Amino acid sequence: MEQQLQAVSGAAAQQSPEQQADAEAGQAYFDRAMAADSRIEPRDWMPDAYRRTLVRQISQHAHSEIIGMQPEANWITRAPSLKRKAILMAKVQDEAGHGLYLYSAAETLGTSRDEMMGQLVAGKARYSSIFNYPTVTWADMGAIGWMVDGAAICNQVPLCRASFGPYGRAMVRVCKEESFHQRQGFEILLELANGTPAQKQMAQDAVNRWYAPSLMMFGPPDDDSPNSKQSMAWNIKRFSNDELRSRFVGMMAEQVKVLGLSLPDAEIRFNEETKKWEHGALDWDEFKEVLAGRGPCNAQRMERRREAHEGGAWVREAATAYAAKMAAKNEVAA
Amino acid sequence: MSEASATRITPGNALRPEDIALAVQHGTARPSEDVGEYALRLGDDALILAQRLGHWISRAPELEEDVALGNIALDQLGHARSFLTYAGAAWGKTEDELAYFRREPEFRSSHLFEQPNGDFAVTIVRQFIVSYYQYELYRRLTASADATLAAIAAKAVKEVDYHRDHSAQWVLRLALGTEESRRRLLAGFRLLWPYVGELFEDDDLTARLGDAAVVPSALRADFDQLTGEVLTEAEIEIPQVPAALGGGRQGRHSEHLGFILAEMQVLAREHPGADW
Repeated sequence: MEQQLQAVSGAAAQQSPEQQADAEAGQAYFDRAMAADSRIEPRDWMPDAYRRTLVRQISQHAHSEIIGMQPEANWITRAPSLKRKAILMAKVQDEAGHGLYLYSAAETLGTSRDEMMGQLVAGKARYSSIFNYPTVTWADMGAIGWMVDGAAICNQVPLCRASFGPYGRAMVRVCKEESFHQRQGFEILLELANGTPAQKQMAQDAVNRWYAPSLMMFGPPDDDSPNSKQSMAWNIKRFSNDELRSRFVGMMAEQVKVLGLSLPDAEIRFNEETKKWEHGALDWDEFKEVLAGRGPCNAQRMERRREAHEGGAWVREAATAYAAKMAAKNEVAA
Repeated sequence: MSEASATRITPGNALRPEDIALAVQHGTARPSEDVGEYALRLGDDALILAQRLGHWISRAPELEEDVALGNIALDQLGHARSFLTYAGAAWGKTEDELAYFRREPEFRSSHLFEQPNGDFAVTIVRQFIVSYYQYELYRRLTASADATLAAIAAKAVKEVDYHRDHSAQWVLRLALGTEESRRRLLAGFRLLWPYVGELFEDDDLTARLGDAAVVPSALRADFDQLTGEVLTEAEIEIPQVPAALGGGRQGRHSEHLGFILAEMQVLAREHPGADW
């Protein structure tokens, strides 16, 4: 399958006249699909760059789900009530499930999960930078749910309409679960905000720490986001980074009032002229530092993933060997 | 949205800990202290195992196992919450008061459940023993004279059946997979088999409870037969190791429980009386 896909989209220089004709017909079909805002499916012709962009984006998204399990798993064993422990376990488990759907969606483009996981543990793939921040208190479980998952939803709801079918469909399911997670996060903060003074302080401190990193989840400002334009032309990305960020700030600004907490940004306001929410300046130098691997937990997150992957190799080898033995046995029996 | 949606939330008729708390509140479920003590044993086993398994999430050898071990942990936690909610009613305590504010000697878990995760093979061996034991236990407890214990068991037995299947499949894969997996699995059996005996020990409590409880020793024959079938297929012999002296049901625990509780209880104890 992988070879077939590569053959179809192979370099033009090595193409026979027949292949070139196919590619031209494919390009025409693809262009019509983009113009009609309809879907591209795995067996359809697609430009190499479109395929590469999607593999990169979907695998980064899958890696983010997998690495994102760690900061929350950090509190599973210490959750302060059994009900919260159950909810948190279910949530982190959902993230593993999201990783699975997304790797599967990327596999339809001809890159195997093994290969993507190999890139991740080799440090050659990116994941959402926010997971390189530590979860130091229980309130971080609330702030991650409310703000980080909230930002993820703003980003991901438009992706349900992404032009590549398997990605869009995976996102429909992911978004349903994410919105559930966001409500759970909000509920954690609401309980803390209405609790003892120490609990309320814990909640405010978490909101303060996660605010700027969650705004930066939308990516660099529009004038510094080189890939956005092409992704929008391909109907993968529907709204610009700044547009989504502004919507998110508006949501947070309203919801924080219900919590009885505040956002650590005195410059949040609704601009009546542009009809957009505005916020204070963000520290993009820090964003770049964390992205470049110099965040508080980059090394720790990667090491944990490597340990799980490499330490589990003998288990996967055993499962493969057993499956092969059973297949051979069945063949003899048949 | 279509009824067939895979993400549709279906609470169904499953018994939830909140339902038990409500029944306790309305006085329709009222355990004696003996029943409470018995429910504590089952609840503590499940709680400690959930705590152990929860540690695997984000560390499993394959994403499918992050999901599977997480699921088993969640099932166990659900059973623990139901048993502890019911147990607490004997002394006017909530599930959280029992989980977070009891000290080591007040726990009733048996030693097997407290054993560290070890490598994946050790975790699978522990789960294999636990699932076959719990299946036989809950299957019989569905006929308990105590309606609440019977109802909790009826929900739990269906879930534990899947845990049996999961662990038996892995016992076969690891036993017959590679030399390394077989070596690790056998080491797991040698390490954990000494704790099997404690699960099947009778005492005064189970005798006094009569039809309300299940006599532990009565489970042994079926446990041996069913685990034996899997072990035969896996070409494994039960290790000849001496049984360890238990005592968990009387509050005498392994060295591990103190650490498990220290981690589990730390936050709740920093904020006594707080709601979460």
